[in-house]
Amino acid sequence: MALGCKSSKLNRIFTVIMAFAMLGCASDPGKKERIEVEVSDDATVEAAREGIQTARQIFYSLPSPLETAMILKRAGAKYNEEILNPVENLSKYTTNKSMALNLGIYSTDLSYASLFDQTQASIKYMSASKKLAENLGILNAIDNAIIQRLEENVNNREVIMDIISETFLNTNSILEENDRVAVGAIILVGGWIEGLYIATSLVGDVKTSDNELIERIIDQKLSLGTVINLLDQHKGNADIKDVMKDVMSLKTIFDEVKIAVSQIEAIPQEGGVTTLRSSNVTSVSPEVFAKLKEQVKTIRKSYTL
Amino acid sequence: MKTLISLIVFGVLLTSASVSQAQCKNFAKKVCKLELTPYIHDGNFNAAILTEGEDAELFKTFYAGQEYRIAVCGSETLAKVEFKVMDVERRVLFTNVSKNFAPSWDFKVEATQQLIISVVVHNNPNSTPDNMSSGCVSIMFGLKTD
Repeated sequence: MALGCKSSKLNRIFTVIMAFAMLGCASDPGKKERIEVEVSDDATVEAAREGIQTARQIFYSLPSPLETAMILKRAGAKYNEEILNPVENLSKYTTNKSMALNLGIYSTDLSYASLFDQTQASIKYMSASKKLAENLGILNAIDNAIIQRLEENVNNREVIMDIISETFLNTNSILEENDRVAVGAIILVGGWIEGLYIATSLVGDVKTSDNELIERIIDQKLSLGTVINLLDQHKGNADIKDVMKDVMSLKTIFDEVKIAVSQIEAIPQEGGVTTLRSSNVTSVSPEVFAKLKEQVKTIRKSYTL
Repeated sequence: MKTLISLIVFGVLLTSASVSQAQCKNFAKKVCKLELTPYIHDGNFNAAILTEGEDAELFKTFYAGQEYRIAVCGSETLAKVEFKVMDVERRVLFTNVSKNFAPSWDFKVEATQQLIISVVVHNNPNSTPDNMSSGCVSIMFGLKTD
């Protein structure tokens, strides 16, 4: 495969124009944060290279709906369909913001249902995701062939997960291609909120419940910083501003959650998998947890109803 | 007239950018994703067109108990693509330089951690300022299933 090209002066001029175009697009500045772009016309190779080296692309990667569902299951979460967003709500989502948020929410519900082998629910949430993706103009990300493949592989969880992964990749890449990365960010945040909602809903009493699920909820304090940075890359977008307000209300509560991270040591293991050894000391009071649970519920309700 | 020409040039440039993104998408889906096997791709798309000498960084939280594979792939027009995994203090935990620029690394974290993936496209010694290679670089994550 011959991708890429030999860059010429024209390419570098093009890079500068594109950088200005992206920076100047206040409504949707784009996913990549070009901190500085400098093109040198100096004759020496090194000077040119130094000029190019000032351009750095920054990515903030949130857990995908599939990863969120896997984290939940690994932490001992049980399946409870009653807490998911009913597909009957689909007709309520008519704005870009509500469609994007609920595409994320349904994607997490789809992943959660499929990991627990809930075939009918998986097909239902895949169909709802397809509809929302189409309404958002993300055509062909989820087509009828995908739904059919899902139906044909109801007893093969690996294949189902692969199908779900492929639909996320299609959705994300189509949005990137069409310079709609802000929509992609909202979808991811919707999915992240849904994961937090499912997890907190499954914890009844913080004092007696299974610790691992609570640990994973506390861990979201680490992802919260990524959420804020991701949204901040698109802060000129009005929908992003709204979502940011909700996220900042969660930050106020997460500020009361404590995580002390120890230094990490990389330990190679047999079989080629390295273990990153470290230990986190975490704590959350029942009052703070209750506040967090309530706020997540409020935000999620405002997104789904 | 000048304005019209500028608009046409700008339109062509935008189209070129879109074509490059489409190539990048295909590269990520058809080439880089295969590096994740037998792990399941998480579904996220992180790819960009980089020129030699350019770098990129990705910030992500990795969760306790989950086993991951990172795949960092550059299209064949690029020279070596180096990637490092660092903690938030930027201490290097892994670099593929010592592994002959291997495109992937498998790991698990004992406690949930935010890590930084730093990617640099090495310079080709034969390049000149007017003749530097660009290509798609993709960073993908695989999840091990039970």
